Amino acid sequence: MELSFYLVQLLNAIQYGFLLFLVASGLTLLFGIMGIINLAHGSFYMIGAYLAYWLTDVTGNLWLGILLGLPIALLVGYLVERFAISFLYQRDHLYQVLLTFALILIFNELQQILWGTDVHGVAIPAILAGSIPLTENQSYPIYRLFISAVCIALACGMSWVIQKTRLGMMIRAGASNREMVQSLGINVNRLFALVFSLGVALAAFAGMLAAPVDSVYPGMGENVLIISFVVVVIGGTGSIKGAFVGAMLIGLVSTFGKVLLPEMASVMAYALMAVILLWRPQGLFGRAR
Amino acid sequence: MSEKNETGISRRDFVINGSVATAGLVAASVLGPATFAIGGQAKVKVGILLPYTGTYAKLGTNIRNAMKLRFAEAGNKLGGREIEFVDIDSEAKPAKAQQLTNKLIKKEKVDFLVGPVHSVVGMAMVKMARGDGPITVIPNAGADQLTGVLCAPNVFRTSFSSHQMGYPGGPAMLEDGHKRVVLMYWNYGFGKQVAAAFKKSFLPGGGTIVKEIPTPFPKVDFQAYLTELAALKPDAVYTFYAGGGAVKFVKDFAAAGLKKSIKLYGAGFLTEGLGKAQGDAAEGVRTILHYADTLDNPANHHFRAAFTAATGAHADVYAVQGYDAGELILRGMNAVKGDTGARAEMIRAMETAEIDSPRGKLRFSKSHNPIHDIYLREVVKGVNRVVRVAAKDQDDPATGCSMA
Repeated sequence: MELSFYLVQLLNAIQYGFLLFLVASGLTLLFGIMGIINLAHGSFYMIGAYLAYWLTDVTGNLWLGILLGLPIALLVGYLVERFAISFLYQRDHLYQVLLTFALILIFNELQQILWGTDVHGVAIPAILAGSIPLTENQSYPIYRLFISAVCIALACGMSWVIQKTRLGMMIRAGASNREMVQSLGINVNRLFALVFSLGVALAAFAGMLAAPVDSVYPGMGENVLIISFVVVVIGGTGSIKGAFVGAMLIGLVSTFGKVLLPEMASVMAYALMAVILLWRPQGLFGRAR
Repeated sequence: MSEKNETGISRRDFVINGSVATAGLVAASVLGPATFAIGGQAKVKVGILLPYTGTYAKLGTNIRNAMKLRFAEAGNKLGGREIEFVDIDSEAKPAKAQQLTNKLIKKEKVDFLVGPVHSVVGMAMVKMARGDGPITVIPNAGADQLTGVLCAPNVFRTSFSSHQMGYPGGPAMLEDGHKRVVLMYWNYGFGKQVAAAFKKSFLPGGGTIVKEIPTPFPKVDFQAYLTELAALKPDAVYTFYAGGGAVKFVKDFAAAGLKKSIKLYGAGFLTEGLGKAQGDAAEGVRTILHYADTLDNPANHHFRAAFTAATGAHADVYAVQGYDAGELILRGMNAVKGDTGARAEMIRAMETAEIDSPRGKLRFSKSHNPIHDIYLREVVKGVNRVVRVAAKDQDDPATGCSMA
């Protein structure tokens, strides 16, 4: 194989890494920063994809679909936080696991009732439908490059909000010592409701953006759930930079794993996680506890 | 309450048609479940084990609806007896297959067992049902072993074997002039069997396999593999992908600009029932299957209209397989006038049945696997059009079957 082949694969790897970060971004916020174990992350991703499919069908425009879908996702997040998650902050993680597992079942059932069991696709918006020729017979879809751009913007934006803004400061403080923040006069309940809703909206947003390059089908959320946790764990909880680097590493390792060690392709990401956890149990950018 | 605890199945898994269940149980326990004199009141119990959640939910739903449609057309009676359904969601999970099958056979004592979609679930199910178990009809699962080493007099299949899916692909592609071919498929039992069957006809016919690219199941990240495919520059690629994976593969293949230089072929699932989701990306894709929406025969016209009228959905190959499963059970029960005790006679009627299926003529081999025509189809304006018959009366070698 010539050099151009490996360059295209490198592009694939980076692109896959971006997609992984996008998918894991909501989980980074909830699990990585706030410490909530949210197994329903994949369900919110699925809800986003179905919202994109449904609203694009109704409005005839993906952008309009995303614009209408995001408030719905925020609302879903808010309701879930108020009526379920908020009761469990003081409890053991196991309760969160049980609750969010139940949410998976509920959302799967709702999805079937609302949208049925068909496999759907979402058309790529006309202005991004083209592709750029790479080699003599392969070209690269512009929409994928667009996703990468969105992902970079999202990573920078999240990092800025968490590290530099007052809101980010409150989130970090609230996650590490809830009572103290409360006693300083900050409404922690409202803060956590807001952050949880944002986390859900991020997961849904990822589903919406990915819908045109993926397919929309029942159970699609489960496929992204585990890899999202792997991304956050490799990066180290509490670090957006970590999640970003973790996503990139998995992108590289699994893409080149597929090319160079095809028999091992499906375990590469997990092997990487095992190695990193042996070396740094707190993850690449996690703080030791 | 007691019933729920005894079976240990959650309400979600276990849908019994109203209160008839209790009545049926009482009658069955008094009168004996399996044998029953003609003219009695006991209902025939049809156990259904199909996936209604997850990736295969649509397949399971269509199979069940089509089978019930066939029964409804026959007045909801099998050989004069009314029908009671015991319908369980298999979730297409191999880990649950044994437990759920056990419930249907031991606790529910069903007369007929219909299912499943997933081959590995099918293996567990047939291992328990073969021999003394209920008459079993497989409406989808394609593992060769089900009518091979695991074949049994009481086990029938109305769908296909892996062999029947892959074998006709070789000559079809050679006839279209493609000699250098790459194989891509989901790397699990069924995918591997389809690829092996394809090679069995393609290589002796003079074709060359440039490379085999098995991809992890059920992952759908194809980009790295498509780059490899582009670099290999074959004439064509033969694939096995289904459901969400098939939609993704066909769209990614088109988006990578490969349609211009590499012709895309596949086992029929690649484009079956996915026209709307795949859109323009599927145009020109050729697939090989025992059914096509556009087949011009009276049974197909009738079936498609009736299925849409009954369910509001469009029929597909899975619905056809469910419809034929219903027909096969009807044939058996009508032959013995509802006497499930006359097992040998019923099996004889079923194995000699010649059905005017929506797919065309359907007969059964000695191993109780379908013998049917296989069609080469091409997607034209979102519809799978028949190009030609790829294999007439395609049979299965039934490797390891003691009945063949």
